[in-house]
Amino acid sequence: MTTTSIDVSLGQVAAALALVALAAAISFWRRTDLERDIAIATVRSFVQLTAIGYAITLIFEADTIWLVLALLSVMVLFGAFTARSRAKLVPGAFWPLLIALAAAGATTLGLVVALGIFEATPRYLVPVGGMVIGNAMTASAVALNRLGDEVSDSRAAIEATLALGTTAREAAAPYVRRALRSGTITLIDSTKTTGLIFFPGTMVGMLLAGAEPTDAVRLQLILLYALLGSVAIAALVATALAYRNFFTPAQQLREPDLH
Amino acid sequence: MLFELREVSLRRGERRVLDSVSAAIPAGAAAIVGPSGSGKSTLLRLLNRLADPEAGTIAYRGRPLADYDPLKLRREVSLVPQLPSLLGGTVGSNLRFAAELAGQELDAQRCLRLAGLDASFAERDVAKLSVGEQQRAMLARALAQQPAVLLLDEPTSALDHAARDAVEATLAELRRELDISLVLVSHDPEQARRLADWALRLEEGRVAAAGALEEALAP
Repeated sequence: MTTTSIDVSLGQVAAALALVALAAAISFWRRTDLERDIAIATVRSFVQLTAIGYAITLIFEADTIWLVLALLSVMVLFGAFTARSRAKLVPGAFWPLLIALAAAGATTLGLVVALGIFEATPRYLVPVGGMVIGNAMTASAVALNRLGDEVSDSRAAIEATLALGTTAREAAAPYVRRALRSGTITLIDSTKTTGLIFFPGTMVGMLLAGAEPTDAVRLQLILLYALLGSVAIAALVATALAYRNFFTPAQQLREPDLH
Repeated sequence: MLFELREVSLRRGERRVLDSVSAAIPAGAAAIVGPSGSGKSTLLRLLNRLADPEAGTIAYRGRPLADYDPLKLRREVSLVPQLPSLLGGTVGSNLRFAAELAGQELDAQRCLRLAGLDASFAERDVAKLSVGEQQRAMLARALAQQPAVLLLDEPTSALDHAARDAVEATLAELRRELDISLVLVSHDPEQARRLADWALRLEEGRVAAAGALEEALAP
């Protein structure tokens, strides 16, 4: 792969604000009341990405694996907190999510390095790790959200099965299966249609930076396939650990928390 | 004595669902009666440890419930819930699943017959059964485990009069043919009179009366 570099000035970023102004104008004109949210999004993204940009610069310059691992650990932690807020119906969701994201990140990056796909350098591990953890977070949040909904809608059915003397695991199995499915299916579907309806982000970035289309496509494929694996791991680990929180050690369905 | 309850209490949030309930439920056919919300279904679910009380003790055949393995207990003291919830597949696959769990040989024909279903029901898809048929299939499934006790939560509340009469006849027949005890929850004292010989009357989670049928049901 050829190394490329492009220079983007703050002036260009400022010019792009014209499109943000357009979004705000549409909101104002049509009274959708989103100007405040658009402003917050613009400012937050600027601040957050600039900060992460500096952090990544420092990490690249330091060129040690430990800082990379520290950054990825912070992302796993934040990812688990964020995903938890989306899985409100699942008691004790934080630990299953943390373990799921850590497992997905570690396994995917570990395999990618072990198989010789990428070198274990900050330049590869940081962006790929970030992407893996981000997608794993979404997948596990969706899976647990679905699990929470399913269990809360199916309490009577689950108890009817427990009443036969099954374990909690057997009684919960169909719901866990559906949750796992819903966590992974979105990525599978978008991987099916990639290139037909949209150009995926990495490919766009590489083309803009001057890479050959063949390289851009191959790198994008590598990332898509890595994501399929990591998303499956994340959703599997999250649901396999979290379903247990709905049950007591005596194989009873817990009463839902009355908020 | 089949079940012995001592000072059993359970709250849900602020509400006292069961309040210091003490009763000695004998073998045979016992009814738990009371208006909606009196705690009957909750009490039934305690008897096979689908839930545990916050205070008090429950003994089954003289031993505390906590001494039994919950899974084995549930196969011996089999609960048929108010709303049917069969597993996907056929009635037969449900029966086989239940029998295997309990380590029992399955006599599908007999279980179906005892539940008032024709032998052909074994191959029927559960999704295509009427509510009454599903309710009976749930009963057949419980029987496939060859339980010692059947806990029935409002066994006829979802049914019309004709179906209700048929199910009651089935339950009476069951008692004649098998050595099985019934504990039946009903909001209808008349049903208790028809099916049981002993009753526990609950009001707002407390015991209003308990004993031989006519005494307990007297207003």
